[in-house]
Amino acid sequence: MTSRQDNGSQHGGYLDMELLRFTTAGSVDDGKSTLIGRLLYDSKAIFDDQMKSIEKASTRLGGEEVNLALVTDGLRSEREQGITIDVAYRYFATPKRKFIIADTPGHVEYTRNMVTGASSANVALILVDGRNGVLEQTRRHSFIASLLHIKHIVLCVNKMDLVDFKQEEYEQIKKDYIDNVASKLNVKDIRFVPVSAKLGDNIVDKSQNMSWYTGPTLLELLETIEIVNDKNIDEARLPVQYVVRPQNDKFHDYRGYAGRVAGGVFQKGDSVTALPSGKTSKIKSIEIAEQALDIAYPPLSITMTLEDDIDVSRGNMIVSSESLPQQSQDITAMVCWLSAKPMAMGQRYLVKHTTHDLKCLITNIVYKLNINTLDLNYEEKSVGLNDIAKIQLKTTEPLLFDTYANNRITGSFIIIEEGTNNTVGACMIE
Amino acid sequence: MNNYTVKHLQELEAESIYVLREVASQFENPVMLFSGGKDSIVMFHLARKAFYPAKMPFTLMHIDTGHNFQETIEFRDQLIAENGVTLIAAMVQESIDKGRVVEEQGPDASRNMLQTTTLLDAITEHKFDCAMGGGRRDEEKARAKERFFSHRDVFGQWDPKNQRPELWNIFNGKKNMGEHFRVFPISNWTEMDVWQYILQEEIEMPSIYYTHRRKVFNRNGQWLAWAPFMQLKENEKVEELDVRCRTIGDITCTGLTLSKATSLEDIIQEVAATRITERGGRADDQRSESAMEDRKREGYF
Repeated sequence: MTSRQDNGSQHGGYLDMELLRFTTAGSVDDGKSTLIGRLLYDSKAIFDDQMKSIEKASTRLGGEEVNLALVTDGLRSEREQGITIDVAYRYFATPKRKFIIADTPGHVEYTRNMVTGASSANVALILVDGRNGVLEQTRRHSFIASLLHIKHIVLCVNKMDLVDFKQEEYEQIKKDYIDNVASKLNVKDIRFVPVSAKLGDNIVDKSQNMSWYTGPTLLELLETIEIVNDKNIDEARLPVQYVVRPQNDKFHDYRGYAGRVAGGVFQKGDSVTALPSGKTSKIKSIEIAEQALDIAYPPLSITMTLEDDIDVSRGNMIVSSESLPQQSQDITAMVCWLSAKPMAMGQRYLVKHTTHDLKCLITNIVYKLNINTLDLNYEEKSVGLNDIAKIQLKTTEPLLFDTYANNRITGSFIIIEEGTNNTVGACMIE
Repeated sequence: MNNYTVKHLQELEAESIYVLREVASQFENPVMLFSGGKDSIVMFHLARKAFYPAKMPFTLMHIDTGHNFQETIEFRDQLIAENGVTLIAAMVQESIDKGRVVEEQGPDASRNMLQTTTLLDAITEHKFDCAMGGGRRDEEKARAKERFFSHRDVFGQWDPKNQRPELWNIFNGKKNMGEHFRVFPISNWTEMDVWQYILQEEIEMPSIYYTHRRKVFNRNGQWLAWAPFMQLKENEKVEELDVRCRTIGDITCTGLTLSKATSLEDIIQEVAATRITERGGRADDQRSESAMEDRKREGYF
């Protein structure tokens, strides 16, 4: 796109990596932290001084061998209790990709953290213990991944060393998952890999103990799963974040609409509509600082100028004139409730949707979803911490939106409690 | 397969610019903390790009221990002069003179801990409602749990077990009177990403990131820069060696790396090959297993 990037690629290709975000859910018992520790360790992302501090902590906690799980526990209380409480972010890179892991605790009381980790992930990595097979929490993690519209699931059958690396055990779990879980998911791309995180089998290096498995290792999967087609490139959306007005002599009449492209492809010269005003114009320029672009697509942060001087401000959306988003004050959405204080009908809440702040009233609870079974409950009318429900709400102004299934950015919003300002609800528009 | 791929540096840049624009929109009086180190220089560069061709709508602030590498201060002053931005230097020495903090004594004394008080006092004095920092989650295990938008109570404290969930790219910066936010626009960058980006964008850096001959001494296996206010212990002797900084902090706690790196390419090679984390050379983090967590709870960067 620019001469600068050409300059970059001369330096051995390491500037040209794709970024993959994945989430892992599970408890210490499935060996999730050990698996992450192993990925980081075998891809050389754990450094000597970190290793030393892990060794020190392992000894202090009475462990005999180095506990790779301690890599992922950040806070003192987490290390002491041996549990992960909050989402932790980890980073590693191979020559092919850079990875961001959102590592979340797996118990049901941490559903909100799983939802948080899943909200920005391309891939969900789900662990089962080879001895136990598919459990309630396996289903829960899978359903959450599906609810959040993650497009790829990797099911790692871990602790294969404890079932003597037997192929039958692995095939049985795989079949059980396909028959009883995968059939209920919106996820089309599901991969399976038998591993031993503790011993490193099929994590980075091929297992010597499971010659019957001829597929890719976990790392090879993560390096090659194709994600470029996952984003919406059909309906062009630019939620306006900020209006750039230099007000100096050189850029006297400059008005730039700054934002991050949330969907579709904008091209210089395209006809666009500013909403909610409905005024139309054509794209005069697309810029990232001094650099002029011909096209812009997600997730680039750009500044756009228009041919006509129309009134556009933060909270508005510039969209392709050929595909307008929906507009309504009556919204139906799936909510994950994040607060210990239950959702209150008839109470006013704040809403943050893209760059638009407004208010809402919750008017109806349609049903509650049992995240372990996917059963719908139309009777119960209370929504508390970690509950997932379909709700209806009325907003003070029209929302400009797409369904979450079509666009994760323009189809999502958060609910904020007035007074405490806490984020209490995560919503996906139906 | 479509052609709309983005590379990791493009995606990180886009994310950081988005965060910086959210700060400008959601807060009334945000300040950018600027130490003159590589992370704050990259954050500054991103802010310049985010608001171009307008000036960035932020004041800069340096929490100055007075124990600086001279090269960093010269670089800082030149950068603000060239970009026409305002910088406040909040002096730890003033906090000491006013009796707000008591200076540590002895050869291991550092003003690192004292910066928290100076920072919180400056935030109160200037009525800043948001302070942006160049902290990255890959730096340290407590930082791995940090949000992009991190809420601070009226005492400036961080409550890591009670943080607001952060979903998609929606950032909730709502707060009550007297509270403020810390925002970390480059949360998702690693040390390697920062150097690759500096190379890609051809960003000018302070000279001490490159190899140079300097008077140094060894303490507990770390090379520290000698300066007139550094007290040597018995058996410590000053030598002249070829070193460079991997991080830049207060001179009393910044470990130097023996290095011959003269270019950004050399530095990237070195970062790729190293087996020690960047903060492994920071005496301030070595004090205990949870040194960073404890300082952050109190209101440290």
